[in-house]
Amino acid sequence: MSESEIRATVLGILTRIAPEADLAALDPDVEWQDQLDLDSMNLLTMMVEIERATGVTVPERDYSKVSTLNSCVAYLMSRSPVAR
Amino acid sequence: MPVLGADMERGTLSRWRVSAGDHVTKGDIIADVDTDKATMEVEVFETGVVERLLVQEGETVPVGTALAVLVSAGETAEAARPAFAPAAEGAAAQSVRVEASPLARRLAAKLGVNLDGVRGSGPRGAVTRGDVEQAASAAGSLTAPAPPPPAPLLAAAVEALPPPATPSATAAAEPPAPVVAAPAPAPASTHGADADRRAAMRRATGALMARSKQQIPHYYLGTHIDLGHALRWMEEANLERSVAQRLIPAALLLKAVGRAARDVPQMNGFWVDDEFRPSDGVHVGVATSLRGGGLIAPAIHDVDQKSLDQLMEDLRDVVERARNGTLRSSQMSDPTITVTNLGDQGVETVFGVIYAPQVALVGFGRVIERPWAENGLLGVRRVVHATLSADHRVSDGHIGGRFLSSISNYLQEPASL
Repeated sequence: MSESEIRATVLGILTRIAPEADLAALDPDVEWQDQLDLDSMNLLTMMVEIERATGVTVPERDYSKVSTLNSCVAYLMSRSPVAR
Repeated sequence: MPVLGADMERGTLSRWRVSAGDHVTKGDIIADVDTDKATMEVEVFETGVVERLLVQEGETVPVGTALAVLVSAGETAEAARPAFAPAAEGAAAQSVRVEASPLARRLAAKLGVNLDGVRGSGPRGAVTRGDVEQAASAAGSLTAPAPPPPAPLLAAAVEALPPPATPSATAAAEPPAPVVAAPAPAPASTHGADADRRAAMRRATGALMARSKQQIPHYYLGTHIDLGHALRWMEEANLERSVAQRLIPAALLLKAVGRAARDVPQMNGFWVDDEFRPSDGVHVGVATSLRGGGLIAPAIHDVDQKSLDQLMEDLRDVVERARNGTLRSSQMSDPTITVTNLGDQGVETVFGVIYAPQVALVGFGRVIERPWAENGLLGVRRVVHATLSADHRVSDGHIGGRFLSSISNYLQEPASL
């Protein structure tokens, strides 16, 4: 997956979790938990969806490394077996 | 029309999923109901055959109104009962006088119509002459008398707290109670647009909370609980689990509350008719914020008996359903105590308002690191501020303190959860 594809994948997951959110207004460098009012169950769902879509398993200790759109995309790019 | 939350006064039957003649099995979804808060799926509480539908799609009726008639296996149509009973079967034996005009009463007596089985269309649900005539006409064309609907939670319709909820399995054994004074029909503006629904939700929540604060003598306690052991245990357990199987702290907190509620029964049950009625089961309402605003508190049943894995599954289910608007009637019917967890929003402390007729609410804030002294040593621990809002008619601070201590004790032994 290219960076843009990973970004689109993550945004797609966010859309399903927070369908009312205005993702166009999402600041990619601010934690989305604060911007999108996500709770711990939402975050867990997100990690499940990310693994399903990208093949990357995010361990709990790395949750802080995927807490913004940009950091999440970078993290997935560095670990995705199909990233290019 | 089942009671899908203590603040519900009426609901709109948005869709039937069954037709007359269909065979249904206990637990089947038979209808969708719109409330001020969400669309919910109504489950049938008994196995049988749908004899007839009593409420049309799009019709708004008070809680307690019979939606359909179900003929159970081995039962005759004459003995048929409403296909769905509200959650408050425990109140079904309550006798509430039907509101009807003198003219309607005289006409009912003349035509042999039992007013208990007539749904009123007048002010506050009063039975009118037209209702009696319609009931008489309908009775003449049916083989079975119109079934009296079970008693609803009266909510704001009367000056009393709602009766307790009991497992719907008891419904069949309870005699149906008379129809009661119904609240005025919902204004059309409360249905349709999301903005209208949000406004209606705020009104419903406001009415319930105001009533709770007016009628329940709350007392409040708080304590900091060391979550270090519990979170370390959880994180180690999660290393062995797939992502989908991971635990979150909320599951541990819920289980600890469930077990503590079993230990301290004064926290688990309902205040009804000037007395406390403890509940046999521990059904924890999970206060869930809805996307776009609003709050709903579906129940997870038998929390004290369930494994953490099962609790995770149930928690995921109720939260998703709450936010998708697909909650089931059984999930909204009978919480015996409520937990609110505002930790994800960054709040350290929450003192909640009790959901009447429950008698206690537990609040959890954000897990924070703070200095913690133990055995003369100072360290840094992950700590949560747990609070209790409880009903002074049922317990006092001593018992409430014992309850919070019990929660803390369970969280110090997470492997036993």
